Amino acid sequence: MQIELHNVHKTYEGAQPLHVLKGIDLSIEKGEFVSIMGASGSGKSTLLNILGILDSYDEGEYIIDGRLIKGLSERQAAGYRNRTIGFIFQSFNLISFKTAVENVELPLFYQGVSRRRRHELAMEYLDRLGLKDWAGHYPNEMSGGQKQRVAIARALITHPQIILADEPTGALDSKTSVEVMELLGQLNREEGVTIIVVTHESGVANCTNRIIHIKDGIIGEIEENSRHNASAFGTTTIMK
Amino acid sequence: MNDLFTEVWESVRRNKLRTCLTGFAVAWGIFMIIVLLGAGNGLMGAFNQGGNEFVSNSMMIGGGSTSKPYKGLKEGRRIRLDMSDMDLMKQEPFSENIDQVTTSHSQSGYALTYGKTHLNNVSLNGTFPGYADMNRIVMLAGRFINEKDIQDKRKVIVLGHLTAKNLLKGGTDYERLLGEQVKVGPFVFRVIGIRKAEENRDDRDLNVPYSTIKTIFGLDNHIDDITFTFHGLPTEEANDAFEKELKAAINTAHDAAPDDASATWVWNRFTQNLQMEKGSKILHTALWIIGLFTLLGGIVGVSNIMLITVKERTHEFGIRKAIGAKPWSIMKLIVAESVTITAFFGYIGMVLGMLACFLMDKTLGQSSMEVFGESIRLLVNPTVGMDVAIEATLVLIIAGTLAGMAPARKAAKVRPIEALRDE
Ligand SMILES: Nc1ncnc2c1ncn2[C@@H]1O[C@H](COP(=O)(O)OP(=O)(O)O)[C@@H](O)[C@H]1O
Ligand SMILES: [Mg+2]
Repeated sequence: MQIELHNVHKTYEGAQPLHVLKGIDLSIEKGEFVSIMGASGSGKSTLLNILGILDSYDEGEYIIDGRLIKGLSERQAAGYRNRTIGFIFQSFNLISFKTAVENVELPLFYQGVSRRRRHELAMEYLDRLGLKDWAGHYPNEMSGGQKQRVAIARALITHPQIILADEPTGALDSKTSVEVMELLGQLNREEGVTIIVVTHESGVANCTNRIIHIKDGIIGEIEENSRHNASAFGTTTIMK
Repeated sequence: MNDLFTEVWESVRRNKLRTCLTGFAVAWGIFMIIVLLGAGNGLMGAFNQGGNEFVSNSMMIGGGSTSKPYKGLKEGRRIRLDMSDMDLMKQEPFSENIDQVTTSHSQSGYALTYGKTHLNNVSLNGTFPGYADMNRIVMLAGRFINEKDIQDKRKVIVLGHLTAKNLLKGGTDYERLLGEQVKVGPFVFRVIGIRKAEENRDDRDLNVPYSTIKTIFGLDNHIDDITFTFHGLPTEEANDAFEKELKAAINTAHDAAPDDASATWVWNRFTQNLQMEKGSKILHTALWIIGLFTLLGGIVGVSNIMLITVKERTHEFGIRKAIGAKPWSIMKLIVAESVTITAFFGYIGMVLGMLACFLMDKTLGQSSMEVFGESIRLLVNPTVGMDVAIEATLVLIIAGTLAGMAPARKAAKVRPIEALRDE
């Protein structure tokens, strides 16, 4: 088992403490393509942030490849985020004053890869995602779909074992959404990367092989979806 | 390194105006430090001018008046030194420290005649051979007065080179005057040497053997003051102890209380120099402190814009951390930017400061004031050396680091989830 969660709790402290995750138990195998589905505010992002070691949890255990992820130092967390995990966000989170290729290079910079080598690699990944001609463009000169593909290239460039995507199609139109989901599916099949997609859209969830429903801070139904027929709206479209 | 500077340049370029305004404050601070230190150096130079005409390890002692009754004698009695005091100083225990003992006596208001040339208002200065060393006299021709001149009361004379030049009608072949006869008032002297005259001063003193003028003017054994050189008194305490002992001995010889402080006076050039150095150090430190406070304004400014920068870039730092930036690599960005801004504008300030010192040297540094017939320069060499430039550079780098520290910490503490939430 690559990812294991046992009884994970998370409360946001504040004037009114908010108990968001109330005992999550979950296992994900290496090479799976799963989605986490739930209503807005159900704690999906919270869970994904814990999986990505962007946030801490209060209780329970989170284990990657048999190693307990708890109480890591900032440096250790940075190491995991840099090498083990790739992140894709709804709002892309590209650095606005860096060009596409510079954005894609950045994770390699934090690995200490030489300037020339990381430029070569970044160009290679942009080429694979059909963005070679856009390498020198800034994010605000690109469409949403292009920006998300740059973000995917940035997530892929370090060969992470796990890719976490938080509403990756949330800011995209239907057609582009389908393209992005197909791209993620292809990566999962061809490279064997574990991909976890958070979404509240059933069409998006339907593109994945397993759908984990989250409700009121605990895991509800888990649907096997290898035939991709869970969507009421057909198998090849994502309704917006 | 290269990558770091690319990042710094990108950030600075996005905030040109803001950076320049703050940078100006830093430049101003360093400019002030350099100009203040330069002016301070010039001032100390002005205090010290003429100071190096004398050897520093010398003292002068003279008679005052008693401040208390002693051995039945009333207070307020005048003490006059005489030749026996000079002998006392050549004996134990003072001879251990004292090298050369001299005194001098001047008679002024004479005319100097050589052939058909007259010079008015010169003075005859009777002295001893030791005078030459004590006053760092440089001979341009011939020799200074020697022991034999003193013993034989020879009528020989040493002229300053400016006087000699006058006698030669502008000529500088001083050798020609050696062995010539000159008249001072009614007295005839033979020229034995030409010495370099003191800078910035009228050259009116003509040196002759003390014994000679004593005879000519029928002086008694009394003398005004005694000047001597010494060795082996390295500290202020040692000097004070020595002065006390010497005064006690001379007081006793004149029937004054040994501890009567006003019966004799001592002027110690060595301790005066020590105090001068101390004063100069204090001035130097004070100027640094004033300068550093001026610079502080600039540093606070840089720290502030770095804080604003961090705030504006929170989202970006969140992204960087999400893709694996360690806290230190974020801190480095901010500290490097802070040091770059501080050092860059600091250097501009330093160069302008040095330029200002240069201008000060060329203007104020060349002007002088007449005081008691001596021209005194207001500032002597008001510039700063390489050492100050290096110190200022260090200050800039430290200041830049300090200015960047708090903002950098803040940047490193950015939590990715908070920075990335709700876009
Ligand atoms: N940092 C936070 N501090 C306080 N409350 C938060 C924070 N982040 C999220 N929440 C709250 O926690 C709940 C779950 O949020 P989230 O995990 O983002 O849900 P989802 O992604 O499923 O929409 C929401 O009610 C949200 O307002
Ligand atoms: Mg969410």
